[in-house]
Amino acid sequence: MSDGRTGEEGRFGPYGGRYVGETLVPALDELTASFRAAMADPAFVAELDGLLANYVGRPSPLTLAENLGRAVGGARILLKREDLLHTGAHKINNCVGQALLARRMGKTRLIAETGAGQHGVATATVAARFGFRCRVYMGAEDVQRQALNVFRMRLLGAEVISVEAGTRTLKDAMNEALRDWVTNVADTHYLIGSVAGPHPYPTLVRDLQAVIGREARQQILATEGRLPDACVACVGGGSNAMGLFHAFVDDKVALFGVEAAGEGIATGRHAATLTAGRVGVLHGSKSYLLGDDDGQILPAHSISAGLDYPGVGPEHAWLKDSGRARYLAVTDREALTGLELLARSEGILCALETAHAIAALPAIVSEIGSGKLIVVGLSGRGDKDMPTVAAALGVTLPGARR
Amino acid sequence: MTGGPTRIARRFAALQQRGEKGLIVYLTCGDPSLAESAALVIEAAAAGADVIELGVPWSDPSSDGPVIQRAMERALVAGGTLRRTLEVVAEVRRWSEVPIVLFGYYNPILALGPERAAEAAARAGVDGLLTVDLALEEAEELDGPLRARGLDRIPLLAPTTTPERAARHAARGSGFAYYVSLTGVTGAGHLDAAAVGDRVRALRPALGSLPLAVGFGVKDAASARAVGANADAVVVGSALVQAIHDAQGAESRLHAVRSLVSTLKSALTDGTT
Ligand SMILES: Cc1ncc(COP(=O)(O)O)c(C=O)c1O
Repeated sequence: MSDGRTGEEGRFGPYGGRYVGETLVPALDELTASFRAAMADPAFVAELDGLLANYVGRPSPLTLAENLGRAVGGARILLKREDLLHTGAHKINNCVGQALLARRMGKTRLIAETGAGQHGVATATVAARFGFRCRVYMGAEDVQRQALNVFRMRLLGAEVISVEAGTRTLKDAMNEALRDWVTNVADTHYLIGSVAGPHPYPTLVRDLQAVIGREARQQILATEGRLPDACVACVGGGSNAMGLFHAFVDDKVALFGVEAAGEGIATGRHAATLTAGRVGVLHGSKSYLLGDDDGQILPAHSISAGLDYPGVGPEHAWLKDSGRARYLAVTDREALTGLELLARSEGILCALETAHAIAALPAIVSEIGSGKLIVVGLSGRGDKDMPTVAAALGVTLPGARR
Repeated sequence: MTGGPTRIARRFAALQQRGEKGLIVYLTCGDPSLAESAALVIEAAAAGADVIELGVPWSDPSSDGPVIQRAMERALVAGGTLRRTLEVVAEVRRWSEVPIVLFGYYNPILALGPERAAEAAARAGVDGLLTVDLALEEAEELDGPLRARGLDRIPLLAPTTTPERAARHAARGSGFAYYVSLTGVTGAGHLDAAAVGDRVRALRPALGSLPLAVGFGVKDAASARAVGANADAVVVGSALVQAIHDAQGAESRLHAVRSLVSTLKSALTDGTT
């Protein structure tokens, strides 16, 4: 479970750690120990691998995207297709693993926070599959813009709580989930959906998502006979990016994370935590965040609910400071263009989160030069975003309420 | 400020000498306004509060229940920050020597920098800090700056805390230990005084001479007396915040504070004689 870079468990350079109330510390200790034991237990690993293969649908393909490569300035682009997994995004990788852990710890109830609803859907899915009671916290604003996913969660048997506090988005949903956890810690596992939160979550979620990069590495070695020149992924909390990056961190592979610049960094209405944030403590770990001089957390903004978060996983903070990864930011408008570009060039409708990674490709190609081999994390599919995209493009869908 | 017992230590020593239970009350600084906060604190002290926990407004109070969350939101609208809270403390110090603990979350302290925050707190007349999301494992970054200025760092204990861990808390913290009576957020209702008594008796030997305060779920004379039976002090938070909120106008807010605090204090005093 050591992150392999900083020595001290749960720390990534000065970042990470455990900034939580005393009540939760024993639960985090238990989770840490349980995860370590599980990963060393061949029966657990075999069960996880079996579920990933036969329930989630792994390995996901690595799709050559020649049209896209031409369109972004001349690159050989391979798309790691997490959008093809059960439930439609990478989030399920983490949820299956944590559900098995929760069962191993004897917990009977799962709670989760969700922004885009993808993590909520994935949590509701594993709760149904493994027989947990399930409650998902979602900011009231996100409940509105991701109505389809709310419906999916409820069909799967989860209770969805619309959180009215604060900015009514993901950060407030996470506060509410923490309140639930501290109250029900005896029987409840908090299934955090990204590489954020107190130790061990950033490590645990990364290790469960690392299958993305592990597969991509094998696949690209098999088909291209070499490692990529660069990996690119969108960054909200940072789990699909960490999952892709982890297998390449020790190689000569450039790593690019793409954040949401919202309406533009200069407008202050963005979610580009690493690009324009500062160091602080939020939701249990030290990392970059959006905050003011008095330490109040500032609301994030992104057209993409899954990136609309004023924090970011601590390992990304460390990868940024150490220069190992680079972080760019693209605006709402650029993301929409990226979504259309991928749709028209490759016939793939990706999630708005993912569209940020696509939108950054021209800039990345011009930086590293044309003709390079690039793996792009295609974190999720776009169905959930169609109402938002239609509204942004000024299209009224039949039956849609405006 | 450094050297000699702190205001908190002196207050607990005096309580012990009188064989009396302490009353610790929590108010959110800036609720309903920064202008009223100093007067509300002074009123609470005059009505018998032994220690004031002054809540520092924060945008993301994830350990607080609805009552204090709403108070934080009102305080933020009123312009509440760590710096403004320290100005309120400095104002209180012109009138009162009541021990004051800043109660809040770590990010505002980190934004100022632990050194500067400790310096400013000491200068304003703060006696200790209780930082709910600064776990024991991370506390070192604040401990040094506080210790250097003679400020107490109040450790938080929970029902999930083992005696072994409580001993580590006691070794590092000072002032008093705050035992959170239930697994939950502030303002939760389901207090089981007998179960609390059992836990407190189990943890007590690990704390050495550190006084023990119990809070969460104490809201009236009866619950204060029940919890006080097994503690050196009881903490009342949400009930007071709610009483302040329910009162209309500055005068009646002062009255609400005076009335609840004196009721609680006499319940505790009667209970020990
Ligand atoms: C498809 C998709 N991609 C990316 C994200 C962002 O999360 P992370 O940065 O943890 O991968 C989300 C979050 O909801 C998502 O649904």
